[in-house]
Order: sequence, then structure tokens, then C-alpha cells
Amino acid sequence: MIERGEVANSWRRQRWDSLRLLTPNWQSRLPGVRYEGPSPDGYMTASEVVELIERFGAQARAPVRTGTDVTSVQRTDDGYRVTTSRGEIRPRTLVLASGACNLPTVPGFAHAVPANLVQLTPFEYRDPGHLPDGGVLVVGASATGVQLAAELRRSGRPVTLSVGEHVRLPRTYRGRDVLWWMDASGVWDQRYDEVDDLTRARRLPSPQLVGTPERTTLDLNALSAMGVELVGRWAAVRDGRALFSGGLRNVCSLADLKQQRLLDGFDDWAATEGLDGDVDAPERFGPTQVLGASRLQLDLRSGEIRTIVWATGFRPDYRWLDVPVVDRKGQLRHDGGVVDSPGLYALGLPVLRRRKSTFIHGIEDDAREVIDHLAGTLTRSARFGRAHSAVPS
Amino acid sequence: MATIDNGVNVEALLEARGVLEGAPDAAQFTWRASSTWQNGVHSTTTIENFFGLGEEQSHKTEYVFDADHPAVFAAPDDGITPIEYLLVGLASCLTAGVASVAQNRGIQLNSVESTVEGNHDIRGILGVDGDVRNGFNDVKVTFNIDADASDEEIEALVAQSQKRSAVFDALANPTEVTVAVA
Repeated sequence: MIERGEVANSWRRQRWDSLRLLTPNWQSRLPGVRYEGPSPDGYMTASEVVELIERFGAQARAPVRTGTDVTSVQRTDDGYRVTTSRGEIRPRTLVLASGACNLPTVPGFAHAVPANLVQLTPFEYRDPGHLPDGGVLVVGASATGVQLAAELRRSGRPVTLSVGEHVRLPRTYRGRDVLWWMDASGVWDQRYDEVDDLTRARRLPSPQLVGTPERTTLDLNALSAMGVELVGRWAAVRDGRALFSGGLRNVCSLADLKQQRLLDGFDDWAATEGLDGDVDAPERFGPTQVLGASRLQLDLRSGEIRTIVWATGFRPDYRWLDVPVVDRKGQLRHDGGVVDSPGLYALGLPVLRRRKSTFIHGIEDDAREVIDHLAGTLTRSARFGRAHSAVPS
Repeated sequence: MATIDNGVNVEALLEARGVLEGAPDAAQFTWRASSTWQNGVHSTTTIENFFGLGEEQSHKTEYVFDADHPAVFAAPDDGITPIEYLLVGLASCLTAGVASVAQNRGIQLNSVESTVEGNHDIRGILGVDGDVRNGFNDVKVTFNIDADASDEEIEALVAQSQKRSAVFDALANPTEVTVAVA
């Protein structure tokens, strides 16, 4: 195992201070390692995640070469040439587990933002204290965007949140964590080859959730109640003005309807399984309130906004991968983690084999199947090797 | 299950989507209109040809549209106002979307009606107040749909239709517009 930094590197270096996992502690498990503390319904901090992964690494006696950068991977006749900052390795097979969130994605018009505004990505953001006083424009309403908008608003700053398509979820539903429902009802086990529109499922933004001891819901209504101003998707910068989409209402309707369908599905499942007595009564949440007309433009030179936080997603970084398996949008071409190059595999990508693939507990089933395939490849090539050497020369 | 028929050839659309996924160049269309001034504020715009799928294409016939202004603008009203054409575009685009999405989702439509209202402060175009914009203040579309579906499914049709609407996007989002003199 090759690790550029230390074990759990991104959890040590690329997380803001207040971040907690979206999954409850009882759910954050790895084979043989589970949460044993006093609050199974709580959410781990980044340092607790580091601890969990270190514990797993020690228990699994994972042979990790830390502090080793991979600078290139090339295909050879019988495998791969992996060049690292500490020498070369020639494996027959290779698993890419470098993740889907190596680089923050920032829209092209960011360069047109007036230079006196501070621009931050979630990798650089640590806490509100590091930002200048004054207004903040948070761009993107996935988990990152809503969490940072809330934290910055609580710091006393005026916050505007630019909202595109998003995934609305209540933190708890019928008395249980909403992620308990995702898990227990089988939504998360839905396989990649059963999903209607896999491309879309793999591009889905993270849900509007936050892990807090109070288990509060952090949807757009909660943010509006805190005084966060909602605007539509940021479409362009023109003459120093940010122009926002007038389609805010529809992205909210889409998210409201999707949440409703998901909860209906949970209710049907609970009724079928005879669980209605074990959980609270069904709940319904009001539509997202978009009061009045949202602002369509904002003068970035007026001083109203001092900081822009780009919570506009992440993308993988495969610049070191010299194998033609990356599509024109920068995503790895693979079928359930089996990459289109013999002996090359991937783990830990969105909906790799199941909807839960990118959650900590979701890796186990994926890893088992991908490694089965990998082992089969090694066995076949070993047999082929034997047969080959048995041919009389 | 009864056969659903809203008259939309969804198979062909899905097939095109599959083909264009691997051929982004063929997906580049150019829509064209040619306009001639008649007299006063009356103009006639014709539409016949467009470019798409890598070559010149034509409608089966030329379509002609008159634009003028009504009597309250001291004009003879020989056609609808230009800004009303935006309402025509929006309503017809969203309606086409509703029919297509319904077909794709196996929902039989019985009737689809909509009204579109664009609120417009004409002090902008008359130059009365420089702070008033020229275009719509806002646009409201109200659908009345009779379909073999639940209320939620109908709402989802309308939401999805907006999500995939060319005209909704063109109105709700900024577009680079260049006007030149040849």
C-alpha cells in the first residue's frame, strides 16, 4: 500500500476544524473495527476518523509505505510500472484507491471575480476566524456548502448561498437517523448495475446533512431561518457582477419531490417489514420556502461580499496515471471497479458497486468483490504462465 | 398495462441521446431566424433552415411570424409583441417537456393546459426610469394537467420538464448576446 502522506492523510490535512462525519458512529465501521464509545448515535470528528483508520491499519497489519508519492503508472507487458518518490515497483495488478475528491472543482468564471475578494475552497477553509469580516458568498448547497454557510452565519457574517441542484434530507426520520433508513431499507445496497441512470447516480452531490450532537436538520429552510440568503445557481460574472439563475424554485421543487419519494419508499418498506411499531409515526416536511424573488445579481465590487467559498464539488486527480482509462470528463472508465486495462482496479469511487460505495462501511462489500476479481486475474495469469512454460520448445 | 401514447417517440430520443453521448460535435445545433422590417414597429420573421447533426437541415416548410404592437402602443396590432414570443417559446417548450417526460415515465396524459404570465414594467423600455429593467420582472407559468397519475407524479413531470427545458434555461440564466451590423 502506497500512501503519499500518513495513514488517513486527507482526514488529517484536508478537513475543516468543525467537520464531523455524516454517518452515525455505529455505522462508521470497517471489517473488525467498530465504534465502541459512549455515543453510537453521534458523529466522528476528523481526528476520530484518523484514529479509526489507524486502528484498522494496525489490526489488519496493512503494509503501508507512507510518505511515498506516486509520480507515474505505466502499463508493461505483464503488469504495471509504478514510479514513486522512493523508487520503482512492478506489480502485476494494481488497485487505485486514491479517491474521487483530490481536487476542488471551481467554475471557469472564478478568474473574473474581482481580485480584492478572498476565494477559498473547502481544502483551504479551516474556521470562520481565518476569513475577513464581512459578507460571504458560499457557492454550492451540498453537505459542504450548507455546513460552511451555517458556520459562517453563526460567526455573525452575512451569508448568501448560491443553490443549484441539491439533495435534501432530514437528519432524522421517524426517530431514526436518516442514514439508518438508507442502510436498513436497502437503498444503499442497490447495486451499480441496478441503478437507472448510473452516470447521474455517480454525479449526485452529497446530501444536505451535518453531524451534530443535537442531530439537527440542515436543509435550506433551516438556513433561511438562520438568516442565510438563498440565490440561484451562479451562472456567470459580467462587469464585476455575479449573475444567478432565476430557476431557484425549480431546483428546490426537484429536491422536495425527491425527498418525498425517498421517505415514501421508507414508509412502504417499514410497513412491509412490520416495523411501524418500532419507529415513530411517518413525518412530512414542508416544501422549501423560497420567499419572494431571489436576487438575480450581486455587485461583487460593492464590498457587500468579502469572501467567496467554492463548495462546488471535487474531482479526482489522475495526472500520474499514464494509462488511457480516463474519460474526457476526467473520470475513470471502469465496470464496478474493474478498470478497462488488465489487472487494473479501483475502489472508493461513487457508486462503484453500490450506492454506499463511498461511505466508510460501504467499502467492505466492494473490496471483497473487486479483490475476488483481482485474485481471479492473478490465478488465470499464473495458469497461463504454467501452460506457456509447458509448451515444448 | 394499457399502452401509453402521448404521441412522443421517446425511443428515438433515447437513441439519439445514446448516439450523441459519444459524438458531441453532432449535438451542436444552430437555430436561425431572418427578420424584415415592414413598417412602423411591424416586422416579419421567417424560419426555415437550421444546422444540426453536422449538416444543414430544414423544416418541412417556411414558418412566418408577424410581430407588431397593440393599439395601446399606438400601433396597428398586426402581430403579437416581441416579448410575447418569449411566452410562446416558454409555454411550448415546457409543454413539450411534460409530454416527453410523461411518455418516458409511462404516464398517459389526457390534457395539458398552461397559462404564462410575464410581468413587465414598461417604464424600462420607455426610458422613464433608468433603474427599471427592460425585460420581464418575473414570469409565472401555471399548468393544469389531467393525467393518469398522482398529484406528486404530475408535479414531478413539471419539475423535470423545467430541468430539461431550453427556453426555461435561456430565460432564467444569462446568455451572451452579440448584435452586429453586417
